[in-house]
Amino acid sequence: MTSRTVELELATPGLDAAGRPVRVPLGVAGGGEDLGAEHMLVNIGPQHPATHGVLRLVVELEGETVKRIIPHIGYLHSGFEKLGEYRHYNQIIPLTDRTDYLSPMANNVGFALAVEKLMGIELTERCRVLRVIACEMSRIISHLVWLGTTGIDLGAFTPFLWAFNEREKIYNLQESWTGARLTTSLTRVGGLMADIPEGWEKGLGEFCGHFPRVLDEIETMFSRNAIWIGRTQGVGAMSAADAVNYSLSGPMLRASGVAFDVRKDKPYLGYEDYDFDVPVGEHGDIYDRYAVRIEEMRQSNRILQQALARLRPGPVNVDDPRVVLPPKSRAMSDMEAMIYHFKQVMEGVRPPAGEAYLAVENPKGELGTYLVSDGTAKPVRWRIRPPSLINLAALPTLCEGALLSDVIAINASVDIVMGEIDR
Amino acid sequence: MTAPAAAASPSVAALRTAFGPAIRRHAVVCGDAIVHVDPARVHDVLAWLRDTPGQAYDYLVDVTAVEYRDQERALEVVWNLRALARAEDLRVKAELAKDGPLEVPTCTDLWRGADWLEREVFDMFGVRFTGHPDLRRLLMWESYAEGYPLRKDFPLRGHFSRAEQTRQALGGPAEKHYSLEELSIAEAMHYLPADMRQRLAEGHHGEVA
Repeated sequence: MTSRTVELELATPGLDAAGRPVRVPLGVAGGGEDLGAEHMLVNIGPQHPATHGVLRLVVELEGETVKRIIPHIGYLHSGFEKLGEYRHYNQIIPLTDRTDYLSPMANNVGFALAVEKLMGIELTERCRVLRVIACEMSRIISHLVWLGTTGIDLGAFTPFLWAFNEREKIYNLQESWTGARLTTSLTRVGGLMADIPEGWEKGLGEFCGHFPRVLDEIETMFSRNAIWIGRTQGVGAMSAADAVNYSLSGPMLRASGVAFDVRKDKPYLGYEDYDFDVPVGEHGDIYDRYAVRIEEMRQSNRILQQALARLRPGPVNVDDPRVVLPPKSRAMSDMEAMIYHFKQVMEGVRPPAGEAYLAVENPKGELGTYLVSDGTAKPVRWRIRPPSLINLAALPTLCEGALLSDVIAINASVDIVMGEIDR
Repeated sequence: MTAPAAAASPSVAALRTAFGPAIRRHAVVCGDAIVHVDPARVHDVLAWLRDTPGQAYDYLVDVTAVEYRDQERALEVVWNLRALARAEDLRVKAELAKDGPLEVPTCTDLWRGADWLEREVFDMFGVRFTGHPDLRRLLMWESYAEGYPLRKDFPLRGHFSRAEQTRQALGGPAEKHYSLEELSIAEAMHYLPADMRQRLAEGHHGEVA
């Protein structure tokens, strides 16, 4: 028997032993002058509608194939975490509006819950239900923006208009509740800035009634559309193991087949009492992310209906004058209430020394708030765990070997919001 | 906290058996389990927590750092881990004395997701993650010279005056706004001066100038 041994270089060129791309510049890495010269550098952004904000991608192309992507972020960096160290806890809430500005109410809730965990505050039942409503409304508007803009990126304009039409209805509800469409600042430590106005539930009930039909219509435009399927199926796929390894969260993680949802697995606000399903994909590609988000909107709609059904009259703020401002009428007539009012405004809420990490399931993924207190009225550290930053960090891997046009689709499927990434 | 000591995560006892004195202390604060470990052993501890059956902390939630207002207190690097199957969190901390080098081993080889998180901690606190493949600033630009914004000795408005900040942002040649790494993949590579090519060949990152 003759056998011939051929020694194969098993490692892929350009990858090190651990499978990581070797960060050696091409012009230097050998392959000759010719190879280097065929590669092209394309700069996308930071001012480009398809980058969904001020994201800058430096793309290295070989023909039309992506060899490497270097994302550049920070153009919207505002130092929120630093600012927070100079603010009272309730003064930080307006800053949370401006992080993920597509779902401000959910951010408000996430931050307030973390402070309440630090202080050990039990919320009132009505407040918990109203906060659930706020979170699920945010999920719907955020996913609608995602759906509309992603559709536009891939050439579908009509669903964008339908999605924004629905979003407008939620924005009107948001406006009549909080007085603002974007900078809602809905929560306060221990409660809410305001209860819902008279007859507000009726408006939300109407929305919940017709929204599934609009979703059906949007789905007819996408789910079996040959162009949509061609652009999304098998593109930008990530396996479940990789998704966990890259710390992805939210729809990105679930589209890859990992059924982790903070609302189910680490419930807050009584989510364990609501009946809803967590959609999970199996291929982890753009199409699955789309399908997961569509289904999440349906589930959010179910949660909203259940929340409306269990909304009972009652106080929205905890009965604790150290935390919540007394009513103005009492502050003006009652000495004790006036002192509490003064102390609240001048000194702010004072959690005990300690620290707390609290995760909420935001539309983009797991929004974590990590607070460290030294017993003063201002946090030592306010860390936002930004879901879309961590999801975006996987972009270079998702795009490797894809076509340039797929980069736009993959980037859209991550659902980023630069306000949160740069903070 | 007055929480009973029995509430400590079972992982803590297992860690103590496996690592002995490298596990310095532990606590349960607001229901969260916290373990302080020796900075030199952090990588071993994290790898053990990830790979040991029964622990299986397979998900890195976050990497961050905390500096206290008390200047005497050490800077803490914080890893938030999660065992997805049990939905159980564990917070690992390493204290870095401020007079010593602010260095901890990277965990990018365990979790690829740690890449940007560690870069952000480096960017904001100046903590070096030894062995990180690409430790560059993340949110601030690479030629940012004012220091580390989230350190307590960093004033809220920055170290430089507004005029100086504007001058730096607008001044300098256009190439300054690219990193070495980007220029290297451009066709311009062949036109780069010899010294810059030399720096690239040695694997330098960072600003051009």
